Amino acid sequence: MEKMKKGVRLEHISKIYKDPKTGKEFYAVKDTSLTIEPGSFVTLLGPSGCGKTTTLRMIAGFESPDEGEIYLGDEPINELTPNKRDTAMVFQSYALLPHYNVFDNVAYGLKLRKVPKEEIQERMMRILELVELSGMEARMTNQLSGGQQQRVALARALVIEPSVLLFDEPLSNLDAKLRVSMRTEIRRIQQEVGITAIYVTHDQSEAMALSDNIIIMNKGVVAQMGTPQEIYYHPVDEFVADFIGEANFLRGKMTGSEQGYATLNVEGYPLRVRGKEGMEIGEEYTVVLRPEAASLGDEGGLPCRVVLSCFMGSYQNYHVMVGDTLVKLEEHNPKNKRIYQVGEDCHLIFEPESVHVL
Amino acid sequence: MARGQGAALDRKKLMADPIMVTTIVVLITFLTLFILYPLAILLVDSFVGDGGFGFGIFKRVFAMPTFTRAIGNTLKVGFVVGILSSLIGLLFAYVEVYVRLNKFAGGLFKVVSMLPVVSPPFVLSLSMIMLFGKAGIITRFLLGIYDNNVYGYWGIVIVQTLTFFPVCYMMLKGLLKNIDPSLEEAARDMGASRWKVFADVTLPLMLPGLGNAFLVTFIESIADFANPMIIGGSYDTLATTIYLQITGAYDKAGAAAMAVVLLCITLAMFAVQKYYLEAKTAATLTGKASRARMLIEDKSVKIPLTILCSLGAMFVIMMYICVPIGACFPTWGYKFFPLTGKWFAQVFTKYRGLKAFKDSFVLSLIASPITALLSMIISYLVVKRKFKSKGFIEAVSMLAMAVPGTVLGVGFIRGYSGGLFHTGVLQGIYGTGLILIIVFVVRSLPTGTRSGISALRQIDKSIEESAYDMGADSFKVFMTVTLPLIKDSFLSGLVTAFVRSITAISAIILLVTPAYLLITVQINEFAEKGAFSLACAFATILIIITYSAVLLMNLFIKYFGTSRKIKED
Repeated sequence: MEKMKKGVRLEHISKIYKDPKTGKEFYAVKDTSLTIEPGSFVTLLGPSGCGKTTTLRMIAGFESPDEGEIYLGDEPINELTPNKRDTAMVFQSYALLPHYNVFDNVAYGLKLRKVPKEEIQERMMRILELVELSGMEARMTNQLSGGQQQRVALARALVIEPSVLLFDEPLSNLDAKLRVSMRTEIRRIQQEVGITAIYVTHDQSEAMALSDNIIIMNKGVVAQMGTPQEIYYHPVDEFVADFIGEANFLRGKMTGSEQGYATLNVEGYPLRVRGKEGMEIGEEYTVVLRPEAASLGDEGGLPCRVVLSCFMGSYQNYHVMVGDTLVKLEEHNPKNKRIYQVGEDCHLIFEPESVHVL
Repeated sequence: MARGQGAALDRKKLMADPIMVTTIVVLITFLTLFILYPLAILLVDSFVGDGGFGFGIFKRVFAMPTFTRAIGNTLKVGFVVGILSSLIGLLFAYVEVYVRLNKFAGGLFKVVSMLPVVSPPFVLSLSMIMLFGKAGIITRFLLGIYDNNVYGYWGIVIVQTLTFFPVCYMMLKGLLKNIDPSLEEAARDMGASRWKVFADVTLPLMLPGLGNAFLVTFIESIADFANPMIIGGSYDTLATTIYLQITGAYDKAGAAAMAVVLLCITLAMFAVQKYYLEAKTAATLTGKASRARMLIEDKSVKIPLTILCSLGAMFVIMMYICVPIGACFPTWGYKFFPLTGKWFAQVFTKYRGLKAFKDSFVLSLIASPITALLSMIISYLVVKRKFKSKGFIEAVSMLAMAVPGTVLGVGFIRGYSGGLFHTGVLQGIYGTGLILIIVFVVRSLPTGTRSGISALRQIDKSIEESAYDMGADSFKVFMTVTLPLIKDSFLSGLVTAFVRSITAISAIILLVTPAYLLITVQINEFAEKGAFSLACAFATILIIITYSAVLLMNLFIKYFGTSRKIKED
């Protein structure tokens, strides 16, 4: 599979749909520009209706962009039909051909390309081994488990050696355990083959586990693009912070600053946080606090009152009120710690570096 | 917002697919030439036919008492037949879905639903006359009534009701099965009696469906030609009046105007049925039954309902059986025994039966694969592809459903006897077998398309997309994925088209020339002349042919239908 790896570039892509009920037109994807590096694994993540699947289907060629140009490598591909594009897609429903067995399903693309018989045999052997389906060639697809069908779909996409592999929520029909093992599998195979992969999902843990880069989309536009760490620790806005992981938002006016730290007035209490550039005294700011970054104590931090205390096994789940703001937190490894009960007054403690100013 | 680029790209992608483009162009040409154009020419003719544009012809036909009476008659018959058929259909459907039936009654129900499919639509008129007419076996020889008149209003109503109620029964059965039993159980649980449950839950849920069944039957009744022709006597309906206006009065312009009136009535009904009632039916009955229904075992309900329906079913079956038996009586009305085969012999020796069967058979055999393939292609395009003229293709092929055969027949006469727009172009096909084949195709296309569309809607769209994505072009996708997956639907479409073609009469009778003898036209002729034994002999052979075709199809699907294996999933 020695082939030039190709990246994908979207330049100012828009797609307009008509709402079938109201007849109104709206942007499913709006003025989106992206660069996906060759050989990288990129996830399009977002709530349903955010435009991620539309973007993927435009790359595959099933939908045509209303504005902008899509490049595969350096070649513009807007005018190419899906069958002429060097991409292969793994569908949410697997979309295996039900009247073919495993072998014919996987070999379908090769036969269309008129690959000689011996080569088909050889490539099939290799690919079925890669997805661990050797010996299942003669099975009909409805005799396979969900995970196996998924592997057939993956093998079918891989065997034609496309430049880019596209995944449309491929694991959403599997049960939770299988989903976790399949995503490790997908990552392993992508790394082994070294292919560029674009993966659509609404499951943030899937996105975290798989991707080199995550693109978060909301209402048709890219909200943020970055590595999983960047997105988790430095979300650009409340939507991203809330969508990736759990987030608490604390709001307050800035009252002072010193050496890169800022002081905010949150619910009447001073809060010291790591500042960011361009902050000004007197302005209102929101900070993001992750539930696992805080703990409860008898003194220091922000005074609060416990409104929910719940043992979850690996952690104690608290909801506390800081003034009128609800904060959720997870105290991990709670076995030897003091457990606060509902109605108790205590203090919410965290490092100034653990919060992120939006 | 500018959607221009997306649309332009979609068009470019389509153009990159020459087979697809050719198919679309051919389809549009076919639909325009053979469905839209004949209807359009009727409009043109009825406004300008007598020279000069205006309502002159309409004024003329509306001044004819025969015509205005025919409108009244048609609507009256259609209304009553619609109501009776949907009620009887509802009774049968309810009994089948809600009451535990024994094997015998269940078998009767199956036969009743099957009979109208395999028999020519007008055989019941024959048996009605033979059983209950002036010299009817039952009226005269069993009951001693000598002056029973079956011809006219009641004759048509009874015969059409018996012919069309199985269609309602099948439609309503499907709907009843979709009612979630827990809705009715909930009502029972709150203390409602069985009758209350039916009146308060089942019936309101079924109302749009019943309305739908009523309108479908209404349209069928209005469009029916052969039954009023045979059993109507002097009671004329629109279809027969139009026929007589052409064949009797040679008033083609007048017939065109009448056909426009008939078309407007059916189109209005069809529009209500399609856009209002179908949507409503779907809206009220969305849920699939969550689990099996508790069938009614209560003897006080079960026994009377079963007996009532079984008697009804046996009556219908007796009507059909009367046809082959009637063909064996030596002299119908006087001498019943010993049974004889002489009429069958005469069909072939005296009346060129072999040619009639050969012509009908060959023309239908040519038409059916064309119909089946066309309807599958249309369904594929409508369900799976998007392109600009898709709306046109869908609308016109659905429109054909609402066009009565007589109207189409007149349209073809007006449209092609003088060539396209009376210019002589394509005049050559008039009076040939080709035009008969085209009419067969047009007449069965809507049914095939409808079943194709519903079969294709069940197939996940991404299966075809995946093949497309793997590198197959549209033609390859259709041949290697779509067609194999809807093989069953294709095969049954093939046989349905064959059966519909070989039993068709309304449009064909206007277009057939002496060069072709068609069975249905022969049956009609003999029935008109009162040669019922010969008509029955022809009809019997026809039923045998259609029934064998259906049997063959079922066998074929059983052994070669791959889709079955897939469905077992």
